[in-house]
Amino acid sequence: MVKGIEIRTSPHLKRALNVQQIMRSVVYAMLPICAFAIWQFGLSAALLLATTTGAAVATEAWFSRLRGAGNTVADWSAVITGILLGLTLPPGFPLWMAAVAAFVGIGLGKALFGGLGYNVMNPALIGRAFVQAAFPVAITTWTPAFAPSRFVELIPTTLTAPFMRPESVTDWIAGLGVDSWTGATPLAMQKFQHVETPAWDTFAGLVSGSAGETSALLILVCGLWLAWRGCLDWRIPVSVLAGAALTALPFWLVDPGVYPSPWFVLSSGGLMLAAWFMASDMVASPVTPWGAIIYGVFIGALTVIIRLFGGLVEGVMYAILLGNAAGPLISAWTQPRVYGAVKKARAKS
Amino acid sequence: MSNGTSQDPPKGAGGTWRPMIARMLAGLRPASARPGGHGSGLLRIFRKRKTFPHGIYPVEHKEWTADKPIRRLPFAPVLVLPLAQHRGAPSQPLVQVGQEVVRGEPIARAAGFVSVPMHAPATGVIQAIDLAPTPEGPKTMAIYLKVYQADPQQVLFDTGHDIDSMTNEEVVAAVQEAGLVGLGGAAFPSHVKLMPPKDAVIDTVIVNGCECEPYLTCDHRVMLEQTDALVRGIRLIMRVTGAKRAIIGVEDNKLNAVDQIRAKLPANLPITAEAVESKYPQGAEKMLIKSLLGKEVPVGGLPAHVGVAVFNVGTLAQIGDLLPKGRGLIERVVTVSGPAVANPGNFMVPIGTPVRFLLNHVGIKPTLGQVILGGAMMGMSVSSIDVPVTKGVSGIVALERDEDDPARRQVYPCIKCGECLKACPINLNPSMLGELAQAREYGLMAQGYNLDQCFECGSCAYVCPSNIPLTQYFRIAKSINRERKN
Repeated sequence: MVKGIEIRTSPHLKRALNVQQIMRSVVYAMLPICAFAIWQFGLSAALLLATTTGAAVATEAWFSRLRGAGNTVADWSAVITGILLGLTLPPGFPLWMAAVAAFVGIGLGKALFGGLGYNVMNPALIGRAFVQAAFPVAITTWTPAFAPSRFVELIPTTLTAPFMRPESVTDWIAGLGVDSWTGATPLAMQKFQHVETPAWDTFAGLVSGSAGETSALLILVCGLWLAWRGCLDWRIPVSVLAGAALTALPFWLVDPGVYPSPWFVLSSGGLMLAAWFMASDMVASPVTPWGAIIYGVFIGALTVIIRLFGGLVEGVMYAILLGNAAGPLISAWTQPRVYGAVKKARAKS
Repeated sequence: MSNGTSQDPPKGAGGTWRPMIARMLAGLRPASARPGGHGSGLLRIFRKRKTFPHGIYPVEHKEWTADKPIRRLPFAPVLVLPLAQHRGAPSQPLVQVGQEVVRGEPIARAAGFVSVPMHAPATGVIQAIDLAPTPEGPKTMAIYLKVYQADPQQVLFDTGHDIDSMTNEEVVAAVQEAGLVGLGGAAFPSHVKLMPPKDAVIDTVIVNGCECEPYLTCDHRVMLEQTDALVRGIRLIMRVTGAKRAIIGVEDNKLNAVDQIRAKLPANLPITAEAVESKYPQGAEKMLIKSLLGKEVPVGGLPAHVGVAVFNVGTLAQIGDLLPKGRGLIERVVTVSGPAVANPGNFMVPIGTPVRFLLNHVGIKPTLGQVILGGAMMGMSVSSIDVPVTKGVSGIVALERDEDDPARRQVYPCIKCGECLKACPINLNPSMLGELAQAREYGLMAQGYNLDQCFECGSCAYVCPSNIPLTQYFRIAKSINRERKN
């Protein structure tokens, strides 16, 4: 009866929620967004997501072999990076460039820092920032949503041969017969022509943009589910969105003809996706509750400032990368006050 | 999904479909709400129970033993009585090998102020004074008492006191003479707590009936079955400490105990019973003070510094019972429970009874994997079940082997999820402390991140999704710091 009793250290009970389960929940939460992207942009989006995910997992497997410390693919974090990266790229983005982005994201952004838990910045955004700098034309080549032939043919740029420049899509788009296609996303139209796309269209996602960023509504639902599951800190997305809306508000009040409404700011571009799925990346965000709020507001405000006054149309990527960089500092400022700590003023007297 | 903490109850319940549906529903519920079983986090906002911030909600399984009255068992053939079963100096034996002792007779005396005497838990003969195994590991000296099984085992050794006419000093001395220590698990000599530091004035006695450890119900049963002795003990302690009021704090999973106590409280005394939220570690002294009074014990200070003295209900019930009779502490209530126990229950156990004897009585399943003295959160895993029940052992928890799911054991790197910060009842940053421990920055852990405040409740390690043994890291860091200081 006493054979083989084990000695362990307390606590002897353990909550049944581990890293693998958290990461898998995040993947589940992104699946509806992927499905919407494929429905909206067709085969090209499906191939793009498959490529980024596959390349991310392959890179993770390769680096974990190099490290010789067991295969870390099973923790699902590389899958998240791959899917997220695919969702932030234009649907017709050449597949070979997407694979490069995934390799850089996992390799430079994560593996070289020591793998899961040690990366300073969000790996998916590192990958995207790299291709934004390397292929500035391809990453701003947008194609219309709901093209009639999206399930039978690929966007011509998708299958660009490796190391080749993608061809122009202008003629192909003209041949689609999509009405009123201006070649610009709602964000660009607002910024350069001061034409605000109707709020419902941007919120529901009936517009052009990166593969998975269009439907703010869907992203919100998926993000809320994840927060309810306890797999993300709700403080971060809420404060990112609040920071963005509150920064945009005064400008819009001063001149609604030029500046976007807070509503448009929240529902357009990649802000919603970034707030719920990228800024909230546990590893690269502050752990302290107040730190999370400061970090979120910082990202939200910076996004709007880049959008309104920067050269770029969308600023959320750089805002998050800067927020990630500031994260450790914010954590250090906001260390929790320990139980029974005596106030400094009283301690001195 | 196999969920390691929701082991099946000891008695088979219903068909197979019911647990299946329950498991499916559990999977849909948010992970944060699952361990508690008190509804989702949002609903808690509307509950107006006194409580402290943070903490965790482990599955308690108190229902296995909560309605099992305290039972007596036969005496074990040999009782093992370690001389160091309390904090402070070990007792000094008064008996010799071969000497016959009567139940209740002093067999060891206190070695100084922070020490207590020991009394014979049974009539018998001293078999040996020799080394005995302890849960902590190293063997220590103990008195082996061979019980006379045919003896009627009456307590023939008492010197009744009239407690109302005793001076405070006499009460303190009588508490020490009775060998009383904190029965909640700390095993700190009770009479020392009755002598607060000179610069502190006690205005409130807090009676700790929280029993926040999963599985344990011994304090619950004491409150239900020994209510009169408990109230007597509280009145005596209030008189000695000069406290103006006493509050009995009970977790709201034991509301019948609150009702029972309220019914027996004398109307003319400022003693109240209050329900507090059922949340681990509500029964930690510092947490209960925060919950009931909103006060925090200052860093490095004692509860006395905020005018509070905290006593466990079991301790006060023993004071109320033993002091008028002039007897010593020879037995205590122990919950024997856990998924590997066939017939869990609450038992009045003579001090020194080997754990093996108790486990044989309740029946152990072949799936037994681990035996814990104390609670499952803070108790100690034993390597040998020949260790005896000592004065500080409130429960014996037998867990099953969980070799089913190695993923639960795999340690991942810290992903900075912040769950440990939300769990830590004293608001430390276990995530940062864990990283520093891995970097062996033990000094910085103490100086920059308040390591010394950690009382090892285990909440951080319980919630950690990366399975990092944070609590153990902190224990190691503290002991290394202690060694470096010396």
